Amino acid sequence: METINTIQEQKHPMDDLLRMDRIPHIWCPGCGIGNAVSAFAEALRKLEYDLDKVVVVSGIGCTGRVAGYIKTDSFHTTHGRAIAFATGIKLGNPDLKVIVISGDGDLVSIGGNHFVHAARRNIDLTVICVNNFIYAMTGGQVAPTTPIPAYTTTSPFGNFEAPANVPQLAEAAGAVYVARWTALHMRRLADSIVEAFNRPGFSVVEVISPCAMYYSRINKLGDGLDMMQFYYNNSIIRHGESTDNLNIDYQKEIIVGKFVDRERPAFSESLNEWLRKDQVE
Amino acid sequence: MKADPRDVFTGTYYIDGDVAMAYGALAAGCKFLGGYPITPSTEAAEAFARIAPRAGARFIQMEDELGSIASVLGASWAGQKAMTITSGPSYSLMMENISLGAAMEIPFIIINIQRAGPSTGVPTCTGQADVMQSRWGGNGDYEIIALAPDSPQEGFEFAVKAFNLAERYRCPVMLMSDECVGHMTEKVVVPEASKIDIEPRRFYKGPADAYLPYKRDPDLVSPIVKAGDGYGIYITGLSHDEKGHPVLESGNSYDLEHARALNRKSTDQYLVDKIRKNRDKIIEIQEENTEDADVVVVSYGISSRVAYRAVEQARQEGYKVGTLRLITVWPFPEERIRELAGRVKGFVVPEINYGQIVFEVDRCAEGRANVVLVPHGGASVHQPEDIYAAIRQLLESKKRYENVFEFRTILERKVFGGGMLKNRS
Repeated sequence: METINTIQEQKHPMDDLLRMDRIPHIWCPGCGIGNAVSAFAEALRKLEYDLDKVVVVSGIGCTGRVAGYIKTDSFHTTHGRAIAFATGIKLGNPDLKVIVISGDGDLVSIGGNHFVHAARRNIDLTVICVNNFIYAMTGGQVAPTTPIPAYTTTSPFGNFEAPANVPQLAEAAGAVYVARWTALHMRRLADSIVEAFNRPGFSVVEVISPCAMYYSRINKLGDGLDMMQFYYNNSIIRHGESTDNLNIDYQKEIIVGKFVDRERPAFSESLNEWLRKDQVE
Repeated sequence: MKADPRDVFTGTYYIDGDVAMAYGALAAGCKFLGGYPITPSTEAAEAFARIAPRAGARFIQMEDELGSIASVLGASWAGQKAMTITSGPSYSLMMENISLGAAMEIPFIIINIQRAGPSTGVPTCTGQADVMQSRWGGNGDYEIIALAPDSPQEGFEFAVKAFNLAERYRCPVMLMSDECVGHMTEKVVVPEASKIDIEPRRFYKGPADAYLPYKRDPDLVSPIVKAGDGYGIYITGLSHDEKGHPVLESGNSYDLEHARALNRKSTDQYLVDKIRKNRDKIIEIQEENTEDADVVVVSYGISSRVAYRAVEQARQEGYKVGTLRLITVWPFPEERIRELAGRVKGFVVPEINYGQIVFEVDRCAEGRANVVLVPHGGASVHQPEDIYAAIRQLLESKKRYENVFEFRTILERKVFGGGMLKNRS
């Protein structure tokens, strides 16, 4: 009995970062979102930032549930509106560090307009986009990121629509920092999140993550670990690669790395400058 | 608590209702406007954007209405009084996050300068057809509060009132104005800050580790904290328990006992109860001459101003006509209408739509009094003659009306002749 007590008394390094009272989480075995959460928690640990001043905002979907497991102030909002909601928090209290964690469907499809315009404004947000190529929470429908010709429940004869290239979209819209890793690049992913967190302005980190349930089964890609390993083994690290070349083809190589790291005046800087002008006049 | 003098631009102005509402919002302590331009509400956002820096408030023009209302919720959670200003189809686009705001119980207000018609309708002209949408527009069950000003001065005052109610009950409050009030230029008196009562946000004051986001005070409203205060709040649009954690059992589900045993009861029911059970404190109506009235004109917003003319004429001619004006359109003063229904001949309801609040009046009349709608398709206000004619028709009528469409306006008679009346009754 004593041994058991000792184990229970020991603290997990992530206890301060995760809502342990909400564990077990809802994600399926073999899902990559847990890895993304671990990497994010690891990044928070490395940052040693005052957690009271960090706010996590999620939209809807499997990744949308992340907000419920991170032990900071966290908001689980409506489908697609996480970035807009986060914009309000940031403007309401500029001292807060606001992170948006959501899925590809939430950020790129229904929330695409907010994604584009938050990047254009260069508002101080870090967006972590977990891309699993499918709408998983609703049962595996075709997503804006589904590669050609992957099967989904709403592309029963294979997808024929060109998928979105998330880093290219982010760069074109004005993001100052864009990186992509797979769910097994845990250390590099955490490092990228740290970099993005510290960069003033709009930063995006894409995480290629397996959906071991809906994307895998219908396409016969094995279990979650198989998929994770496949993505990892077929990824090529090419920092600074032009985002034109970052399309993801079905079960082909995936270029990962840090693609964009540049400086543009962040929204808060520009706003303060204008407010100073207003007061001078 | 009194208003902050830095937020109140005391003076006597000659401004339109839109601008007056912006002044009112600032006086109430509004520090955030997330907007998106739509006629005829733009003057309000423009005025706010112009004056906001002097009151330390922020304006952002978001990329769309979905974003503007979402940013309002975010800003409110960051601790700021926040609002958006909108109209017409933009209002429809906001419904998903109005529902989220109601579910999260975050205070915010929406100023809706209503315009005419469905869809794009008549963008530059007046209407009152968003009244039901205000209450039922978002998905799921929740209650909101709606106010209807009938002058720019009330635009100012009701903006303050709307914020006070939102903070008091942690719910969305709609300031349901319309193009006529919005674009009507009149004298507006902005009083001294010391004359303006402000409801402060009900911040939690207990020990930090005992905080539960949805644990209620006896009045069913729970104290609030803001993001960044160190409470580690988790706030979700999923149905949630007192802790804010998602639950699968809804408030009255079959396994309520099981939910209670786990102390995981959904708080959804409180979204309606906190308004319904406090309705006596919320409801505000203005009555004149209803004590001995045979007919009562029930109206709100700009229509109530037009109705006065008709009522005045009828009273001068010796008819016993009273007026009941809804200051709060929602919650609806059901009890009062029931009381009156027992002793009046009927109710005349002029509204700039084809029947919305009239059905509420009819429901509460319970067949004991005739109720007629004076309809109007929008783009202008009623002819007082129509309201007068409806009053006369009710006074002279001997039969019990089957529905609320028994009265036909002058325009309807001209356009449709006699045929429609027969079809209707």
